[in-house]
Amino acid sequence: MSETPLTRNIAPGKPPTDLAAYDANGGYQAVRDTIGKVDPDGVLDIIKDSNLRGRGGAGYPTGMKWSFVPKPRPDEGHRYLVANADEMEPGTFKDRLLMEFDPHQLIEGMILSSYTISADRGYIFIRDEYHTAIKRLNDAIKEAENKNYLGDRILGTDFSFHLHVHVSAGRYICGEETALLNSLEGKRANPRAKPPFPQVSGLWGRPTIVNNVETLCNIPHIVTHGADWYQSLGSGNDAGTKLYGASGRVKKPGCWELPIGTSIREILENHAGGMLDGYELKGLLPGGASTDFLVAEPLDLPMDYESIMQAGSRMGTGTMIILDDKTCPVGMIANLMKFFARESCGFCTPCREGLPWVKQILDGIEAGTGRLGDMDILERQSQFIGAISNTHCAHAPGAIEPLSSGLKYFHEDFIAHIENKTCPYTGGAT
Amino acid sequence: MNSVRNNLASTLTDQEVSEIEAEISHLPDRRSAAIDALKIVQKHRGWISDGSLSAIARLLGMSDEELDGIATFYTLIYRKPVGEKVILCCDSVSCWIMGGDKITNKIKSHLNVELGETTEDSKYTLLPVTCLGDCDHAPAMMVGDELHHDLTESNIEEILK
Ligand SMILES: Cc1cc2nc3c(=O)[nH]c(=O)nc-3n(C[C@H](O)[C@H](O)[C@H](O)COP(=O)(O)O)c2cc1C
Ligand code: SF4
Ligand code: FES
Repeated sequence: MSETPLTRNIAPGKPPTDLAAYDANGGYQAVRDTIGKVDPDGVLDIIKDSNLRGRGGAGYPTGMKWSFVPKPRPDEGHRYLVANADEMEPGTFKDRLLMEFDPHQLIEGMILSSYTISADRGYIFIRDEYHTAIKRLNDAIKEAENKNYLGDRILGTDFSFHLHVHVSAGRYICGEETALLNSLEGKRANPRAKPPFPQVSGLWGRPTIVNNVETLCNIPHIVTHGADWYQSLGSGNDAGTKLYGASGRVKKPGCWELPIGTSIREILENHAGGMLDGYELKGLLPGGASTDFLVAEPLDLPMDYESIMQAGSRMGTGTMIILDDKTCPVGMIANLMKFFARESCGFCTPCREGLPWVKQILDGIEAGTGRLGDMDILERQSQFIGAISNTHCAHAPGAIEPLSSGLKYFHEDFIAHIENKTCPYTGGAT
Repeated sequence: MNSVRNNLASTLTDQEVSEIEAEISHLPDRRSAAIDALKIVQKHRGWISDGSLSAIARLLGMSDEELDGIATFYTLIYRKPVGEKVILCCDSVSCWIMGGDKITNKIKSHLNVELGETTEDSKYTLLPVTCLGDCDHAPAMMVGDELHHDLTESNIEEILK
């Protein structure tokens, strides 16, 4: 059995972990052993050496991100740590599990992280629909405050950290870290220009770190067991474990903590139980809606950042969406573009105008009214919308990934729709 | 249901004001509480009328127009009346693959509403929502605060009876 630090308190049928259960399994030991005892720079070194990379989609090395936070100066204002718990990427269902069933793990991760970057204020930015997670996090924060793991002068040291749950009011773009900061400030969630980066000028102009929930949940374990141990958990170039998931027409859709770098085949066949009877694998989005399709022989690829990148996609959130042979790829891409067009924040033209145009064309092709010339428009638009230099944030380039790869891999399906003036798929979603 | 009169009142209740002030107390300025304040008032009144919006704007020291720009940006702030419960029906990709369109159509015909509409008895408002993070149990939807998943055309009627 491989080690599963992130889900060690989580099992089907097991109740959510409260403070007593968390404590009984070594919980908050890392806080007791670290706060006021280990120099924050020493903790930063461990995180850097661990090779932990962000689990929110982009895979940025966490230690490096933290190292850009300036050293605290006397008499300055607040410094912030934010957990990104927005989780609205279609096909992604991993952070909810961590928050609902082991909320103290996230809180302990945030205490240790804020100690490392000398933050005194923290927010968990969570989507409104996660009612259960919100309740359990608020209860857990109260428990931790009563034990003085949170609040003023934690465990009698000079370190203070106040944590607050902010419940969002909807919109996928809030997950983009600078849009998230605007939303926390009570504004419209339009992304900000970078630079300045949040590490130096984030929430209310103060140094701020935004990390994904899963990223932060790794911190207590790395601090407790060390960088070498963490590196040894991964099965390839990357370190640690990863919450992988699979949804679509597989026998046992779900979410599992596995060594990072586990092959797609193992995830699909051993954990998701393979395809449902009567369905074949046609392709997959490896890490949520905004990643490129993989088709043909992706099965033996390890799910790690480099391997998936080399295959032409991104590991993203690590939760795979499976396309079967009876579901229409054009319809699936049209569904994705409807989502991305709706969720555009409207700030810049290629995204605001391009995505609805692309969606309209795809709807036409799916309905049998497409023309061959539509293919050129889709190609041109996907290059135009997809170039990061053309848009203000990564929403539009991410949106276009399943379209541009879909045009390449499912070309014949598009043409069949256009030539036969109808969707050839009947057994799938539509 | 919250009374229409209360909703159109352009003054906030003591309860609403104290909840909003509690949010402001941990923020650097009053206007940063804009979204929290909208949500608090919506919790008590069901939706945000023009009168409610003005009252909140005054409390936070903002113009009505600026606050409305924020209110209309966010999908879960309702600037029109909604039913007692809002149905948020996932229309994202994994649910779509698992037959989500059929489920949405079933809800529409069962309640006799289109997306964005409220039932005649004001019980339900039907809205689409982005992935509910429950894709391994697709199709999924929320009815009020409750999550329902592994939906089929037959269990819909039971859930919405
Ligand atoms: C449109 C868009 C939506 C995003 N949504 C999320 C999200 O819901 N959760 C998340 O953790 N990161 C999301 N991200 C990535 C964040 O911007 C950011 O990179 C991440 O929270 C950093 O955390 P990490 O370094 O721990 O991965 C999103 C990015 C974009 C462009
Ligand atoms: S790319 Fe889209 S979401 Fe990002 S800033 Fe531009 S319009 Fe807004
Ligand atoms: S796609 Fe519907 S819950 Fe994720």
